[in-house]
Amino acid sequence: MMDLAELEAIAQQEHQRETDTQIRCCVAAGCLSSNALAVKAGLEQAVSEAGLSEQVQVRGVGCMRLCCQGPLVQIDRSQKDAVLYEAVKPDDTASIVASLKGDTASAQRGDLSHPFFAGQRSIVLENSGKIDPERIEAYIAASGYQALYHALRELRPSEVVDTITRSGLRGRGGAGYPTGVKWATVAKSKSDCKFVICNADEGDPGAFMDRSVLESDPHRVLEGMAIAAYAIGAQQGYIYVRAEYPLAIQRLELAIRQAQRMGLLGSQIFDSPFDFRIDIRIGAGAYVCGEETALMASIEGKRGTPSPRPPYPDERGLWGCPTLINNVETFANIAPIIRNGADWFASIGTEKSKGTKVFALAGKIVNTGLIEVPMGTSLRQIVEAMGGSVPDGGEAKAVQTGGPSGGCIPASEFDTPVDYESLTALGSMMGSGGMIVMDQKTNMVDVARYFMEFCMDESCGKCIPCRAGTVQLYQLLSKIREGQASQGDLALMEELCDVVKYTSLCGLGQSAPNPVLSTLKYFRQEYLALLSE
Amino acid sequence: MYTNAVQPPPKQRNDSSKQTHPSGDQRFKILDATLKRHQYQQDALIEVLHKAQDLFGYLENDVLLYVAHSLKLPPSRVYGVVTFYHLFTLAPKGLHRCVVCTGTACYVKGSPALLSAVEQLSHLHPGKTSPDGQLSLMTARCLGACGIAPAVVFDGTVCGHQTPELVGDRIQAWLHPTAEVT
Repeated sequence: MMDLAELEAIAQQEHQRETDTQIRCCVAAGCLSSNALAVKAGLEQAVSEAGLSEQVQVRGVGCMRLCCQGPLVQIDRSQKDAVLYEAVKPDDTASIVASLKGDTASAQRGDLSHPFFAGQRSIVLENSGKIDPERIEAYIAASGYQALYHALRELRPSEVVDTITRSGLRGRGGAGYPTGVKWATVAKSKSDCKFVICNADEGDPGAFMDRSVLESDPHRVLEGMAIAAYAIGAQQGYIYVRAEYPLAIQRLELAIRQAQRMGLLGSQIFDSPFDFRIDIRIGAGAYVCGEETALMASIEGKRGTPSPRPPYPDERGLWGCPTLINNVETFANIAPIIRNGADWFASIGTEKSKGTKVFALAGKIVNTGLIEVPMGTSLRQIVEAMGGSVPDGGEAKAVQTGGPSGGCIPASEFDTPVDYESLTALGSMMGSGGMIVMDQKTNMVDVARYFMEFCMDESCGKCIPCRAGTVQLYQLLSKIREGQASQGDLALMEELCDVVKYTSLCGLGQSAPNPVLSTLKYFRQEYLALLSE
Repeated sequence: MYTNAVQPPPKQRNDSSKQTHPSGDQRFKILDATLKRHQYQQDALIEVLHKAQDLFGYLENDVLLYVAHSLKLPPSRVYGVVTFYHLFTLAPKGLHRCVVCTGTACYVKGSPALLSAVEQLSHLHPGKTSPDGQLSLMTARCLGACGIAPAVVFDGTVCGHQTPELVGDRIQAWLHPTAEVT
């Protein structure tokens, strides 16, 4: 039977396995497509050829953040500074291993003191890039499942809810609803069947934080879900993952099997009366399924169309039962909060937005990849210091946050601190965390049209404002782009944006006009320049 | 109550189609195992359809009727679900598959040029398959590979930092397999 002593024994054993020198090789999706597996195999071979197998261990780990320079390899040695190698080719591996004996490696060195790395504060990604995502022992050695033990054996469900409420954690899926309040509502409702759902349908183009978390540290999400289930009284959980993320699905399946085998999921977890099972449900390529009511319809095997709220899922959700839906990153924050306490978490971030946020930094920027920063960090810090600005001396024009539901923030507003309220005030939103940098060459009308095309294609067709409105908006934007629109068309478009925003059924339609409205607000001259007359 | 809605496939299909009667095709047995694993639960429809598409490559009417019958669902419900989700396809896919990512990061970094390069070479629109069955062209909303944008998936392998030339070479080799030797 699994208990705390057993957990510690596993951790101890895992620590003993560790050698003085560790070579970590990123095997998350980004680096894998840059041939990381061949690099890892090359490193392993070079280590054994050099006769260093006793002292040096090669490990495949999750995302090491700087995706544009993959495959990434890092060497950690006791009492020496860590060394990062970028864009490693299989040919470089022998020289990297030789460098352990003092030679110079042929591979390109990375700078770990660069703000891109130094400016990060890791909570969600604390194990990402450090542990082997395919070994539960590695997660346990990094204090994994201790929070679950603590919650199950030492806290009452109401105390768990209270801790989360006091931590100030807000939903990381985009809207920023207080997580503790959501949990308390589901916990209070009287029902024999309750469900916990993890929304891993990360559909926003340009966002890949959840994929990285699932690929790099899947157990963290399972542990967060189990704690949530205990707090609200659920026995069954679902993770709804996009089919576009095969590696994430594979690692989640493995993690669930491992946790079940160790008795960390299943019946009577940690010798308590608490039972919890998790099943994976795979999406089939519908953006709207990221909306919670549509997601639940999809889990039930139906067309993923949203339903009007109320009733909210916390009253009547999956199969009519009270259901808690949180995003991957939200669940990934739970275990550290239980482990370190609500006050610790609440001390990070701003007054209303606590903790950190993971962003996927991409687009016209030097350092593309994942960053985790405390809430309240300015966009300038993220884009200019950490991201290293636009390549080839270009100038950043805007940052797009929040995907098709968000908006474009102009360079003049880069001093804005990143938190839920500030981004909303600028006409954008936090969203799930995609951050796309655009340079002077990017035409903002094109961008607006691009997102409108997305929403038009992805509209499920259930309500008219969204179904017909997005088509009309797309046509108006095309007309403007082609230089055939008049002032009247522009006015019509603004009016239509209003209609779609306030009369659509679900978040997709309600936020579809955001990219148009925000580009109109900050880059109106680009629209005006394209009008005929 | 819906069992009557499913008719056995007409006999003559056996001759014209590669697929034989459900009982004769081994793939249906594998599909049966999946159905059984899900205890014929109706909510497993999407899971079952994923498996069916894996096995058959696409979702033919026969297969849809078989799934509907097995899960005791009206065929209309199964068809409705299949046509709702982008990943399900009712027509066979080509031998090679090219998926151009049109996510925001790829878009900003030039995926429209990649797509038009493929379109020009193959004379295909996204979602279509060439008449000789060599190539299917598709687009993806976002592969989550934004770090290596613009990205294209060739036969299931994600390739980053693509240019119209790189993509063009690959497509040429697929469209004219003999030219590859020279």
